[in-house]
Amino acid sequence: MELVDENKLAKNKKRNQAIAFWIFRILSYAVVAILFVILSFIIIKGFSVISWDFITKMPEEGMTKGGIFPAIIGTLCLVGGSMLFAFPVGVFAAIYMNEYVKAGIIKKIIKQMTNNLAGIPSIVFGLFGMSLFVNKLGFGDSLLAGSLTLGLLALPVVIRITEEALKSVDNTFRQASLGLGASKWETTRRVVLPIAFPNIITGLILSIGRVSGETAPILFTVAAYFLPKLPTSIFDQAMALPYHLYVISTSGTNIEESRPIAYGTALVLIFIVLIANLLANGLRKYFGKKVKMN
Amino acid sequence: MYNIESKNVDFFYGASQALKNINIAIKPNTVTALIGPSGCGKSTYLRLFNRMNDLIDNTKISGQVLIDGEDIYAKGVNVDSLRKKVGMVFQKPNPFPKTIFENVAYGLRVNGITDKKFIEERVETTIKQVVLWDEVKDKLKKSAFELSGGQQQRLCIARALAIQPSVVLMDEPTSALDPISTAKVEELIYELKTKYTIVIVTHNMQQAGRVSDTTAFFYMGELIEHDTTKTIFTNPKIERTQNYITGRFG
Amino acid sequence: MKTFYKKFSEKFIEGLLMLSGTITSLTVVLIVFFLFKEGLGVFDKKPVEEGYVIALSKSNPLKTLSSEQIKNIYDQKITHWSEIGGKPDSIILFRAEDISNFYSDEEIGENFEGLSTCINRLVDSLPDIIAFFPKKYLAKDFKGHELTVDKVSLKEFFGGKEWFPTAQPSAQLGVLPLILGTLWVSLGAILLALPLGLAAAIFMSEIAKDNVRRIMKPLIELLAGIPSVVYGFFGLVIIVPLIQKTFNLPVGETGLAGSIILGIMALPTIITISEDAMRNTPRAMKEASLALGASKWQTIYKVVIPYSISGISAGAILGIGRAIGETMAVLMVTGNAAVIPHSILEPVRTIPATIAAELGEAPNGGLHYQALFALGCILFLITLFINLAVEFISNRKQHNKH
Repeated sequence: MELVDENKLAKNKKRNQAIAFWIFRILSYAVVAILFVILSFIIIKGFSVISWDFITKMPEEGMTKGGIFPAIIGTLCLVGGSMLFAFPVGVFAAIYMNEYVKAGIIKKIIKQMTNNLAGIPSIVFGLFGMSLFVNKLGFGDSLLAGSLTLGLLALPVVIRITEEALKSVDNTFRQASLGLGASKWETTRRVVLPIAFPNIITGLILSIGRVSGETAPILFTVAAYFLPKLPTSIFDQAMALPYHLYVISTSGTNIEESRPIAYGTALVLIFIVLIANLLANGLRKYFGKKVKMN
Repeated sequence: MYNIESKNVDFFYGASQALKNINIAIKPNTVTALIGPSGCGKSTYLRLFNRMNDLIDNTKISGQVLIDGEDIYAKGVNVDSLRKKVGMVFQKPNPFPKTIFENVAYGLRVNGITDKKFIEERVETTIKQVVLWDEVKDKLKKSAFELSGGQQQRLCIARALAIQPSVVLMDEPTSALDPISTAKVEELIYELKTKYTIVIVTHNMQQAGRVSDTTAFFYMGELIEHDTTKTIFTNPKIERTQNYITGRFG
Repeated sequence: MKTFYKKFSEKFIEGLLMLSGTITSLTVVLIVFFLFKEGLGVFDKKPVEEGYVIALSKSNPLKTLSSEQIKNIYDQKITHWSEIGGKPDSIILFRAEDISNFYSDEEIGENFEGLSTCINRLVDSLPDIIAFFPKKYLAKDFKGHELTVDKVSLKEFFGGKEWFPTAQPSAQLGVLPLILGTLWVSLGAILLALPLGLAAAIFMSEIAKDNVRRIMKPLIELLAGIPSVVYGFFGLVIIVPLIQKTFNLPVGETGLAGSIILGIMALPTIITISEDAMRNTPRAMKEASLALGASKWQTIYKVVIPYSISGISAGAILGIGRAIGETMAVLMVTGNAAVIPHSILEPVRTIPATIAAELGEAPNGGLHYQALFALGCILFLITLFINLAVEFISNRKQHNKH
């Protein structure tokens, strides 16, 4: 162009791009570095604490010694309980949304409400769980109340993932099945669900990872500060890993002395999340290949 | 003197060869139509002229592509400057999420022009050039998305012309347009020939016949025949060309 | 018969599915109901603890006082009746437990059976007294008069500068410091997270090679998966001491620590959503820009970013939403002082942290309990607003496209 010095322009453009790209590259690596700092810090500090005894023993001496067995069991119970609720209900809800309801005002409302539910902060779930399950329905601080609260929290996640999985099932499958005289439910159960299954299961695993680390919803619905025995019924209180970590790192009897326990607990929590993520990714790949081969 | 020449061009996507030994020479101020069935390599070939295929990972080219006698794949070639010289119009109208004015001014701005008056004048003359001025002169500050599909495509042509390229590549420019808009764009192509060398990929035989001076027929990555449009359509030398033209396959 | 059975089971299943489908809506409605039922109850209560009275001498013309005035009197910030529109004499403070300063143990009685008589006599004899005592010690022939205390007002709740729900004799329920604390910390978080997150999103969607992106993507997911207590713990043992040392502070638990941790936690949201938005930029649009001689960088900031701006803003707003609602991490690192913060290097307290920290100690159904639910309402409304804003932005984007 007549008004511009070609070479200078080219040089400028090149330089600006190089500077910009380097900045982005450095900042991106910084994000990854943050993750690695957090992970490696907890893994290194926690690794020496983890032992068979740590995982299978009761806390001792004001939670400064011993293990975290009841917290692990408590978290497992909570995860199991919440999924027992959220998984069927969530999958059913998604089926209803994707396979049954026609586009229209009802679908819009349900969708909006699910979105809203997903946006509600976890502490608000805690408040709600306390006033409904603990007080109103009289469950008291219990595994039941905690599981239901966590289940409600996980519900939008399960619904969204299942819906996406259902949506990705090609419509021709449905039409083929319906065309053969199968009913809507038969089509859903025998054709749509099996195809969507891998993605649904992946989502389920990811939501387990999420639920196992939630603290705020269980603060007032189930979590026990210190309870050196295992729950025996769904109306019992229980310890839980995330709450345990919170307690021993901020308000335990002796914060300094229980630090190692805290590192160990954090590592176990991270470990659960890591496993969930790896498993989900692995399944995604495994099923991805299998589906393609068919 | 040829405006565009390609000598022994081979092109690979990974291991698969998309173009085999293509030799074409195109004279200035002509319209050349590239035709052939889907997947024959005509679009890939078109995108070699402004090195658009560079954006795709794992591609390889051998042979020479010369524009105004300069090998554009030689070392040290400034791709940005090349693309300034070789404009491109795409299949679907793809205006930027900007105003009508800014769409046309875009090429000037990214190429370092800051003179406001110059930009205003250039935008106006270019929009007039594509016969869009009367339709948009009152809404230059409006979003380009408000225009109809045909108007958007003419705007995109204006956008390509604003930086005064010498070659304009058109990749099925009317495939997303209605017949009336198509006619307008074709008319425009015919007029633009006086100033630019135009290479157009098209699926539409009639269009190739209407707008082009020469036509190149591609099949399975090979250039089967390149001749004047008249010859190709009335008296092709190769039977496969004849079959395609008459619609026996493709 | 068989078709009947089949038809019936189809209907039954459809009903079951419908029930599940409506459960999220039902939950939202229930949450709103319970939250607001408890939360709004706060405005129906008096800030003075139930079962207690505040009384003045008969000769004192004052009839009502606000909770802030009562607090200031008992904090001795107000020392003369004239300051609140009364006579110019200085105020004599009295709490039930001060009674032994005035009367002998015999007069009070072993089981406080003489207490009401003593209080009655005392209030009668001291015209400048303000007395705070349990209602059961209010004598039948009480010679003073009970002070009426206003119910908690909206103005007091939202405009009050002090949050001290267990204060006696009058609870202070000003949520201003909590709201400001929440916004303060979240704002700091987003200021930290936005440049980092955007840079990472741009890098991943436009600059990085495919294999780099394939590695980064699950790492970002992992960052999103780490539980918030772990972030809080990390903040507590690394960031907090670091801040304390760097700025030479008495405590490291500050708004800054909260912002840093929340910023890290908001990163995955911002990155994922903005990256998605940028990757949705039509290829043809990018090619058009490059074909005009624009460099890759020019294409990014002149075409890709403007095109995906609504997605990027949605990501940023959702990131803020996350930060506002986050509880545990903030609770662990911000120091939780319920005062209006003046710098990022002071302890602050956010709404969620307040709920988490205090609900365990608030008696069920009491003023404090209800006040915490009212905080929950505020939080709910803020996040609802954010959700709707995001929806609005993304709808507008779809509208824009064609």
